[in-house]
Amino acid sequence: MSEKPSRLILGPFNRVEGDLEVRLDIAGDHVEGARVTSPLYRGFEAMLVGRPAADALTYAPRICGICSVSQSVAAARALAGVRPAGLERRLPPANGQHAINLVHAVENIADHITHFYLFFMPDFARAAYAGEPWHQAAAERFTALKGSAATQMLPARAGLMNMMGVLAGKWPHTLSIQPGGSTRAITRAEQARLRLMLSGFRAFCENTLFAAPLEAVAAISSRDALYDWAQGRGGDFAHFLTIAQRLDLARSGVTRLRHIAFGAYASGDGPLFPRGMFDAGIGAAGPLPIGAIAEDVSHAWYAGDGGAPRHAAPKPDMGNPDAYSWCKAPRLGGNVAEVGALSRQLVAGHPLLRDYVARDGASVEARVVARIVEVALVVMAMEHWIAAIDPSAPFQDTRSRLDTGDAMGLTEAARGSLGHWLRLDGGRISHYQIIAPTTWNFSPRDAQGIPGPLEQALVGAPIRAGETEPVSVQHIVRSFDPCMVCTVH
Amino acid sequence: MTYPAGTPTRPLRLIWLQSGGCGGCTLSLLGQQEPDLVTALRAAHVEVLWHPSLSEATGAEARAILDAAADGTQPVDILCLEGSVIHGPNGTGGFHLMAGTGRPMRDMIGAIAQHATHVIAVGSCAAFGGITAGGGNAVEAGGLAYDGTRAGGLLGAGFRARGGLSVINIAGCPIHPGWFVDTILQLAGGTLSAADLDEWERPLAYTSQLVHHGCARNEYYEFKASAEELGDLGCMMENLGCKGTQARADCNTRAWNGSGSCLTGGYPCINCTAPGFEEPGHSFSTTPKISGIPIGLPTDMPKAWFVALASLSKAATPRRLKENAARPTPAILPRDRRKEGA
Repeated sequence: MSEKPSRLILGPFNRVEGDLEVRLDIAGDHVEGARVTSPLYRGFEAMLVGRPAADALTYAPRICGICSVSQSVAAARALAGVRPAGLERRLPPANGQHAINLVHAVENIADHITHFYLFFMPDFARAAYAGEPWHQAAAERFTALKGSAATQMLPARAGLMNMMGVLAGKWPHTLSIQPGGSTRAITRAEQARLRLMLSGFRAFCENTLFAAPLEAVAAISSRDALYDWAQGRGGDFAHFLTIAQRLDLARSGVTRLRHIAFGAYASGDGPLFPRGMFDAGIGAAGPLPIGAIAEDVSHAWYAGDGGAPRHAAPKPDMGNPDAYSWCKAPRLGGNVAEVGALSRQLVAGHPLLRDYVARDGASVEARVVARIVEVALVVMAMEHWIAAIDPSAPFQDTRSRLDTGDAMGLTEAARGSLGHWLRLDGGRISHYQIIAPTTWNFSPRDAQGIPGPLEQALVGAPIRAGETEPVSVQHIVRSFDPCMVCTVH
Repeated sequence: MTYPAGTPTRPLRLIWLQSGGCGGCTLSLLGQQEPDLVTALRAAHVEVLWHPSLSEATGAEARAILDAAADGTQPVDILCLEGSVIHGPNGTGGFHLMAGTGRPMRDMIGAIAQHATHVIAVGSCAAFGGITAGGGNAVEAGGLAYDGTRAGGLLGAGFRARGGLSVINIAGCPIHPGWFVDTILQLAGGTLSAADLDEWERPLAYTSQLVHHGCARNEYYEFKASAEELGDLGCMMENLGCKGTQARADCNTRAWNGSGSCLTGGYPCINCTAPGFEEPGHSFSTTPKISGIPIGLPTDMPKAWFVALASLSKAATPRRLKENAARPTPAILPRDRRKEGA
């Protein structure tokens, strides 16, 4: 095995959102170390400074075309958070909350299935797997642009997205999500139409993705039960589980880190998925100390020291000799943390995902399973939100807000925890910082030299003889569903 | 499969690159309906050599395809760029080094463009710089053939692709999937000529109209019954920054996501298909006014006439519109007077 190169540079690493480079140090037949580079800088935080407060709602969604609504939700929530000291945050009326949750859920679910069908599964169709007994079926179904799945999944995704035409005008880059709620009042007929559109998507899930009712998928509570359920079943999720078991993906790309979630789909009764922390090292959940979040820029192309996003605003500087990425390194009390659908479900206490992580840590398989199970959970929640809309009540609270002060807006994008921290002075933005999900997951090393989650997950990845684009690395990187345009904004 | 009449017999080989943008045009394109995107590309006989989100080839495999396109050994019929060209810092291009190469992304874009039969700027970033050029443009973002309204860009003002056309600017933030699919189908059929492009080389297929055309709020516009808050039913031109009467696109006659548009969503048109839309000089959802009269009236209407007609129509506004304009749901519905008690 000594003929293998000692270093591999992988890029452009595609089928992710945005541009990505991964550098690997190889020892024999496995990865010994990894450095993850985000090679594109656009400077949204600096662009926003000096603009009228409301402009954040036009600019922020354009950070990212795949999690555009998440960026809107974080920005709107941050703007809504600017309030006199000691006063409770004014929540949008219930209708506004339901409408925002629906718009957000459509995007998040569309992202999950886009990731599964278009970004992740095509790797199993690679020629590297041609000798595997499962390869032919995987190639027929999932080969990029040619497999039979795409022409079923794309109409289902577009049909789901038609809910955006009703609820948000258009997607991506809607302006319907405001600090006080949603600009789009829904009539009774539209409420019925939304129900119809969602039932079309449920049918796709139950016929094509799961070959089972959503309720049955949501109720699976252990890995063994999931494997039993998948045994002999049709549907693309079971197809994945069959391949994943053959490739032992539940023991690939493993981390045992802290997982965090900011809380997703807010309502008067609290979020659907709660805010919190889950330590995969010891298997314990706890509260999330938001104030302990700080960004380290020791290995990123920025000047200065980084710090808490409420105050620090590092400026780009390519002079840092230790730097290898535009991605900053967010840390929680100095610790590396992983975010995403798996983290959300670990924090929420979903027994299936807790079981996965208790057995073998966070893995390629666990990350994919969490995403797909979340599709079932969220579609069911959406049906309740549609039913809960009262077309005779307001969707928006348009009373004026304070134009000076600071606040944060936290939410969960498909890929994990997203935060905006801003300060307004006389109606203008004087400070804006964003920490996106993939910023956590794809962070470079910090001042202590501790690698980020992906960098840790890649250590030990097997390299097959002669591979220049190792398939194990493809699976591990994409299991995080990276969004590089959010990572560096 | 068999192809409809007018489809080229050999495939149109397409390369898609991304640079200073958000990826939202690709994501919007995935929403193509009836038929879906993959089927639509097949109908146009497009063979995707490489797309960053959709292709299997990654890393060295992808670099090999792009290098061959850049040196002309791999013929390319259509080059698409999504996102702006990044020139900063200080003209180095260092804010976007192409992954796996350490070289400025703009070099790869420029090299493939020299050989491609057609070059398409997908979205306002690739056409003009777009949102990435906002806020003083610290990253030195520009378009393929324009920097904002100034001709030039990466490829230069006189650039013609090998097929003879300028850069085709499918501007919009994001694009509507139909704008792209229409263009590709016309290229495939050999029917797209310079006469099908407007003064910014945008396809007239969608810019021969104003966003105003087909706006569901037209009656409110006619009577100058104005919305006061986002989400109100009335016309958004007077108070909420709406540029629908100037903006060029078919957003209100070609539905977004099945049935929507910015205007049906309850928020104003920000003229996202135009160069420089990212810096309107005022808050996006507030209309700047001089002595109470909105600046930026319809472009081809004499201002005095507009003001005169506006005051006349305001005086004639039906009560129904006056009552409904500043509310999110109507208080008064139209009613047929022939019905007893109407």
